[in-house]
Amino acid sequence: MTDFHLAQMNTARLRAPLEDPSMIEFAEGLSLMNDLADRSPGFVWRLAGENGDGTIVAPTDPSRIYTLSVWESPEDLRAYVYQSGHLDYLRRRRDWFVPNGPRAALVLWWLPAGKVPTLRQGISRLGRLDGNGPTPDAFTFRQLFPAPELSQL
Amino acid sequence: MTSPDDLRDLDALASLTDPVRRRAYQAIADAAGPAGRDDVAEALGIGRTLAAFHLDKLVAAGLLAVSYARRSGKTGPGAGRPAKLYQVAAAEHAVSVPPRAYRGAAELLAEALEEAGAEETLNRVAQRHGRRTPACADATALLTGQGYGPVAAGPDRIELRNCPFHRLAEQFPPVICGMNLAMISGLLDGAGLDGEWTARMDAAPGRCCVTLSKNLRESPQEAV
Repeated sequence: MTDFHLAQMNTARLRAPLEDPSMIEFAEGLSLMNDLADRSPGFVWRLAGENGDGTIVAPTDPSRIYTLSVWESPEDLRAYVYQSGHLDYLRRRRDWFVPNGPRAALVLWWLPAGKVPTLRQGISRLGRLDGNGPTPDAFTFRQLFPAPELSQL
Repeated sequence: MTSPDDLRDLDALASLTDPVRRRAYQAIADAAGPAGRDDVAEALGIGRTLAAFHLDKLVAAGLLAVSYARRSGKTGPGAGRPAKLYQVAAAEHAVSVPPRAYRGAAELLAEALEEAGAEETLNRVAQRHGRRTPACADATALLTGQGYGPVAAGPDRIELRNCPFHRLAEQFPPVICGMNLAMISGLLDGAGLDGEWTARMDAAPGRCCVTLSKNLRESPQEAV
């Protein structure tokens, strides 16, 4: 067993409030995709949020949402995000989200197994990725870093 | 062309210059799943020993990968020795003289397109190009010609074993898989097969993210 798990934070800016008719398919997909994530191999934890739908609204910007979750490995997360029914929602992201431009929309980092990340940590990791590019502290699928190794005693 | 990587790629590809070996590779690439030496011997009309010889050369060159499985479905004592099965290896090989870096350019373009949020334009272009394909009555032939490695999964479904954009699709899945879906939809349209088949995003590990499903036969509608 690995001693580290992979945390991921994802962010998007909504084109319209979740209640808007243009957002119905996205809003309906949330619970489907959360159910799929929960039963996917390697899923560990996700922040449920106030609505329980896994979308966390930024305190300063109601159109900015986040998801935050923990997985056993990058392979497990990749299988859910890109090799399942979830990919079709990603394909349609421009229907619902404003392009994020040069800012990172996804960040990955390792954390000790059993720890739970916070929204604040995730936002800080996104900032590190924007500022420094991919590093072992904040990276993406395009440039993965291996899990830290616990020092041998 | 002189780096060790290039030379390894050249060595791998050079092993395909033998015509029998090339056909053995093609037989494995065309198989619906991992296949054994007997399958290849039969497909090529050669002996099993010769088939195994070429297959193992292809493994040594890194072009094929090996797995072992009992083919009868039996397990336990009496089920026999597991058969040695071959499939196309995941590694890609390309040699270019003079050196060209189209993949590097494609990565930059994909990243720029994603940043600009211009996927809709990409999809429109991909669909338009797909539509330019000549008429074709057979979806499997159409997609084989485009390198997708289609295989029937029941009478009403076609899966695509090969992703022609694999590396790029791994790096930019929503962009490249969306483009791919638009292009396959365009191909079906251009070939005149869109009444029979529908392409949809149906991602799963180990194959192209798009599958084709047969349209339900509609009752003929009278013009009003």
